[in-house]
Amino acid sequence: MYQLESVSQTYERRGNKIHALDNCSLTIPDNDFVAIVGPSGSGKTTLLSVLGGMLSPTSGDITLDGVALYELSLQERAALRNQKIGFVFQTFNLVPWLTACENVQIPMMLNGSDSREQRERALALLERVGLSDRTDHRPAELSQGQQQRVALARTLANNPQIILADEPTGNLDPETRKHAMNFLTEFHEDGRTIVMVTHDKETASYAQRSIQLVDGVPREVGPLQAA
Amino acid sequence: MKLRNLIFKEVWQRPTSMLTSLIAVTLGVMALVAIQNITIFSEEKINSDMESLGANVLVMPPDVTLQDYYASDLHGRTMPEEYVTRLALAQLSGVQNLAPKLCVATTVDGHEITLTGILPKNEFQKKSSWQGLDMLTSSVGTDRGCCATLANTDTDNSPESLARTRTIQELGEREVILGSDVASKLGVRRGGKLIVFEEEFDVLAVLPATGTIDDSRMFAHLHSVQALSGAGPVVNVIEIMACCDDAAGDLISDLSAELPEARVITIAQVVETQVAVNGLMSRLSWVFFSILLLVGAASIASVMYANVTERRKEIGTLMALGATRGFVTSLFLGKALLLGVTGGIGGFIAGTILAIILGPNLLGIQVAPVPQLLLIGLLSATAVALAASYLPARRAAGLDPCLVFNDA
Ligand SMILES: Nc1ncnc2c1ncn2[C@@H]1O[C@H](COP(=O)(O)OP(=O)(O)OP(=O)(O)O)[C@@H](O)[C@H]1O
Ligand SMILES: [Mg+2]
Repeated sequence: MYQLESVSQTYERRGNKIHALDNCSLTIPDNDFVAIVGPSGSGKTTLLSVLGGMLSPTSGDITLDGVALYELSLQERAALRNQKIGFVFQTFNLVPWLTACENVQIPMMLNGSDSREQRERALALLERVGLSDRTDHRPAELSQGQQQRVALARTLANNPQIILADEPTGNLDPETRKHAMNFLTEFHEDGRTIVMVTHDKETASYAQRSIQLVDGVPREVGPLQAA
Repeated sequence: MKLRNLIFKEVWQRPTSMLTSLIAVTLGVMALVAIQNITIFSEEKINSDMESLGANVLVMPPDVTLQDYYASDLHGRTMPEEYVTRLALAQLSGVQNLAPKLCVATTVDGHEITLTGILPKNEFQKKSSWQGLDMLTSSVGTDRGCCATLANTDTDNSPESLARTRTIQELGEREVILGSDVASKLGVRRGGKLIVFEEEFDVLAVLPATGTIDDSRMFAHLHSVQALSGAGPVVNVIEIMACCDDAAGDLISDLSAELPEARVITIAQVVETQVAVNGLMSRLSWVFFSILLLVGAASIASVMYANVTERRKEIGTLMALGATRGFVTSLFLGKALLLGVTGGIGGFIAGTILAIILGPNLLGIQVAPVPQLLLIGLLSATAVALAASYLPARRAAGLDPCLVFNDA
């Protein structure tokens, strides 16, 4: 469970202050599925970075399961991300010189699992997203939808409790978008907490509730219905 | 999958980007290894030549260079045999022994062989005017420094005597003495017969193996060699065994005064020149090595910085997935290590091959791999690669993982 207490993030650029997050208080319980919506520049990605332990906010407290996230060392936060948090990116962020299977192995490699275990689990995860026949392809040899599925498989590598997704469907056509969202819904049904940033109403409608950010201030808007 | 697999795969994806750096490092190590290797063996060769050459002063035709010293009698230039008589008559003090030589190439039994004409002791003694040289055969005081060992002129007719002192008491007109290699190549033994220049020769003796060029030679009477080869009364070199003290003192100028037409050099001069050249080469090799490693370092640093920039997104992704700064640093330093080790080993192999090719062809010396040079090459190449990659690796580790969200 995430708890944000008056979290603010300000950027100073050429003398004028930008409040990317403005006194933001928020609770995200376990097994929640939240969509973060809002106009461009409203602070959605900033919020996700803070939740991911990658951006220490200017002020405010944030705890994950009762642990103050930014009182941990850099190294502890890296380990925590590795163990507890999975990421899904708009541009998939697969490592281009590794095969699909090796990409899925990365989080397991980072926590030092045995090579054979890594490969076995990666193959199982790729099978789960329907890519058993593409395990040794490089990202450049895969379609956009297939790349996003590899990324989704990678998210599950260390069986994280939380998944943070930034525009997971932004680069996908409506058909593959549906596919990707079905997988995220499945992951939610596995018991994971999902925080997803999106512009798209259709995508947001998969979530249990939506939070709208306007100029760094969050506002609960309830579940969105697909248009 | 481990860190090292990640590094190998990354390098393998675009190996050319690292190629320039690798070449610079390899060339640096190669220059060092090749030159040092040749220098080491050249010094060994000088020492063994010094030892095997009984003489310590050489009289050679004037146009012979110091480099020809290694084949002091194979340079093909000649001077009149009369010089030997002149030197003998001069009775210079300190001269222990005179050994004129004439080398001609000939074929025996289908084998190319160098036939060396030498003058046996009894030729000197025959002529009464040379009696002054009798002192050569008389005992030599042991209180005369190196003369005791160098000029051990207790000449007898044993092959050992020729091998050791390069003098022999008697040698008939149609007799030959064989070096051990020649004897085994021709398959003849003491008492056998050989046809040389269409004349039949008796094998008087076979020399014990000495490990020098003498092993591959055939020795006959100087006058027979002169007559049969049609060279006339000439010699290529006169080797002089002199007492060290005298050789270092007036003897050389005395000899030069006696034979102004010839070139008189001491082995010490040759050795000094060679050692000086070697020293210069050795220092130069360090200069080459340093320059090339500096070039390599600059190239590695710039390639690494470019690599970090190019891999920003992947680095950010790895960090988001839980890579620590230490991991990212190791990723780049590991790549540098790979580069250094490859360059070090590659440079050692290339340098050793170069030395093995150049040594015999340019300098007439045999070389073998020197393992210590592998260690030096490997350690310095690795150290340079790591040092040059340190800052780029730090920059990579310092990247903000948030960039994964923003970099398209
Ligand atoms: N590193 C930074 N330095 C300065 N300003 C920043 C930085 N990152 C974000 N901002 C600013 O903070 C505000 C919020 O940015 P953020 O990326 O969170 O927006 P967003 O809601 O994700 O927008 P989008 O929908 O376009 O992705 C923006 O005004 C942006 O210009
Ligand atoms: Mg954004």
